[in-house]
Amino acid sequence: MDKMPKWADVILIPLISLFLAALGAGLVLMATGQDPIAALGVMIEGGMGSSRAWGYTLYYATNFIFTGLAVAVAIHARLFNIGAEGQALLGGVGVAVACLQVPWPHWSLAVIGALVSAAVFGGLWALIPAWLQAKRGSHIVITTIMFNFIAAAVLNYLLVEVMKPAGVMEPATASFPTATHLPSFADMLGVVGIPFASDAPANFAFLLAVLACGLVWLLIWRTRLGYEIRAFGHSETGARYAGISGVKIIVVTMMISGALAGMMSVNNVMGEAERLVLNASEGAGFIGIAVALMGRNHPVGVFLAAVLFGFLYQGGAQLSFQLQIPREMVTVIQALVILFTGALDQMIRGPLERAFLAARKGRA
Amino acid sequence: MTEPVLELAGISKAFGPVQANKNIALRVMPGTIHGIIGENGAGKSTLMSILYGFYKADSGTIRIRGKEVQISDSQAAIGAGIGMVFQHFKLVENFTVLENVVLGAEEGRLLRPSLARARSELKALAEEYGLNIDPDAVIEEIGVGMQQRVEILKALYRKAEILILDEPTGVLTPAEADQLFRILARLREEGKTVILITHKLREIMEITDTVSVMRRGEMTATVQTSDTSPEHLAELMVGRKVLLHVDKAPAAPGKPMLEVDGLNVIDSKGVERLKGVSLTVRAGEILGIAGVAGNGQSQLLEVLGGMRAGQGVVRIDGAEIDLTGRHSNGQTRRARGIAHVPEDRQREGLIMEFFAWENIAFGYHHNATYNRGALMDNAALQADTAEKMARFDVRPPNPWLTAKNFSGGNQQKIVVAREIEQNPKVLLVGQPTRGVDIGAIEFIHKQIVALRDQGAAILLVSVELDEIMSLSDRIAVMFDGRIMGERRPEETTAQELGLLMAGINGKAA
Repeated sequence: MDKMPKWADVILIPLISLFLAALGAGLVLMATGQDPIAALGVMIEGGMGSSRAWGYTLYYATNFIFTGLAVAVAIHARLFNIGAEGQALLGGVGVAVACLQVPWPHWSLAVIGALVSAAVFGGLWALIPAWLQAKRGSHIVITTIMFNFIAAAVLNYLLVEVMKPAGVMEPATASFPTATHLPSFADMLGVVGIPFASDAPANFAFLLAVLACGLVWLLIWRTRLGYEIRAFGHSETGARYAGISGVKIIVVTMMISGALAGMMSVNNVMGEAERLVLNASEGAGFIGIAVALMGRNHPVGVFLAAVLFGFLYQGGAQLSFQLQIPREMVTVIQALVILFTGALDQMIRGPLERAFLAARKGRA
Repeated sequence: MTEPVLELAGISKAFGPVQANKNIALRVMPGTIHGIIGENGAGKSTLMSILYGFYKADSGTIRIRGKEVQISDSQAAIGAGIGMVFQHFKLVENFTVLENVVLGAEEGRLLRPSLARARSELKALAEEYGLNIDPDAVIEEIGVGMQQRVEILKALYRKAEILILDEPTGVLTPAEADQLFRILARLREEGKTVILITHKLREIMEITDTVSVMRRGEMTATVQTSDTSPEHLAELMVGRKVLLHVDKAPAAPGKPMLEVDGLNVIDSKGVERLKGVSLTVRAGEILGIAGVAGNGQSQLLEVLGGMRAGQGVVRIDGAEIDLTGRHSNGQTRRARGIAHVPEDRQREGLIMEFFAWENIAFGYHHNATYNRGALMDNAALQADTAEKMARFDVRPPNPWLTAKNFSGGNQQKIVVAREIEQNPKVLLVGQPTRGVDIGAIEFIHKQIVALRDQGAAILLVSVELDEIMSLSDRIAVMFDGRIMGERRPEETTAQELGLLMAGINGKAA
């Protein structure tokens, strides 16, 4: 049977990976003449030390939950969606259209409209590569990468030529009307009397992200569609035997994936910027790949990994701000985490499996 | 004279907690054909891999002609005079016979002199052992039987005195198998020693001098072939009495349930795989399709099972089904009462990473009993799986094991349980007992016959002629995408079927 208990697989390995990544990052910092312990202190203080810090960490985490779920859903059908970035950009267009074109009476209705619009835009943007893969065999990795560039160009065109208000120099839409502004954590927690930093960007969309985790879990492990997606992902010949249409699975899965990536824009475009600007998603689509990888494509894992990456993002920003560590060094630290948790997973798994086997033999 | 050429003592090998070989002792006499028989997973292949240097035994000794040897890799095995013919040939497809024989045994950096030397030696070997073959033929252009000869020649060229053949007849027609046995007999005459690994009792009885039986990693018996019987060997293999012949009442065929008329299939490369196949299976009968693998049987099952498009007419219970449209798939076939035990359970019939209870719904996951509103009813699935596992004796009876954690026989039982329990009108069965141990074969055969007796029409495809002969009520032979003829099992012989399988039709069908 299995060589390792499940808890070691899902908890111990990520923790060891994380420790090794921190060790590596510490060595890099030492090599550049910084004190790694002090740096860690700054990161923890800046990423988790105050309600403001949490407000930023969870704001970033919300983006990563949506894009992480997007990548994870696609991977269950053995589709590698590298296009979450572009789908998120198009989702932003969807949010802007919904917020600017409809006179919403209240934010609670606006958020539903924006969510649907973002999902439709993101989903349709993923539909094109999906269709090309299903019908023409064009590899989804290649096409989704290309569609990131096209999405950036489309956004550029729309902002400069179509959506920019007259007489403004900046390529951005007008600010969204006040009725579409989402409540921040300070607003929501204020109702129950808990104080929270009012200048932190975390907002209502975080709750939507948590809800999305639950719905994705339900989809993948409880519905017929999820069953078919997983079956197709494990064995295409098996799916053909069972009468599961590969075209349908590829198209539907990619549209769900694209919709999830698009919905991220409810957080950053609607909840934070309250208007649409260039490069609104800021690479969150790519972080989503690492989040899905580290979270083992399971919604709970994605949630935890997204919070971790949110912390790294926010703590890293504080690092460059307070210790004059260059921004690039922060990227190096994040890259080490991705390297150890994703790519070098097998490096830790092998020795650990042997250790468990030896321990079991010793007991027997 | 009576010193054994090969002697194993106390060979043990464990993979983690699994003891694949336990204290094996074996004596093989020179100039004999020694059979090794056992169920899948009995440890035959592990033992031979130790002998050929792929694995290192945990303990025990190997003696060749009385001298203890260490076999650390395949080079050492070749040096000790051991040659091996694998089940899956290890030949370079676009090389000639000569190049394949020399490959790995080149002398010096220039190829030409060694090829010339090899050519004359090959000629001598071919004459000595009756292994006629064109040294300049390209491997991919010659038949499987010929390819096997190349493997044997390769071993002889490397001065092998002991030749091990692993399941050599699995890919051969009966005629090719006969030729192989003649070659093996000739090798024995010339003083070589042959070790034949197989799970086919008939081959053991036909050609070996001595036979050793393995069960669960142990060598349970070694007997003279002339002193034993197939029934006795089967009992030694399984550890209990086994019914070798399927016990079934004569068929009581009813109305035509599956009618195929002029079915054609052209694959994605434009090759015609089925050329006007017509057949009828009545309710309550088993039609067996015999044939060498690759003559269109797979495509026939795939079209009928909805896995690929075809041209022609197929009727189920009198009503025609759509073979090409958007709705021609496994789901609509199942809705019409066609169940399908596919040829490849690991790639088609099961999702190996799914739990047994997820697999029990595979293909039937839209059934109302497995669903509760928008969600799948996992509790119902788990209960259903436990029940089917008990009825079909799946071991271990644990619905929470993934499919890959079951043995081949138990995986197949899961598939067969799933398909048979749907009470289909038509059951398509492909290679139902491939890689399945004897005990499970007996059980699966019984279930198929029981379904027939309930009035289902059964189309059985198998490359095992014994299985076709014992299970079918009628036999159709396929060759090159056509039905070569139909016979009744009680009125035909393996020889006649073998000719049909090779495309030679003696009398009108």
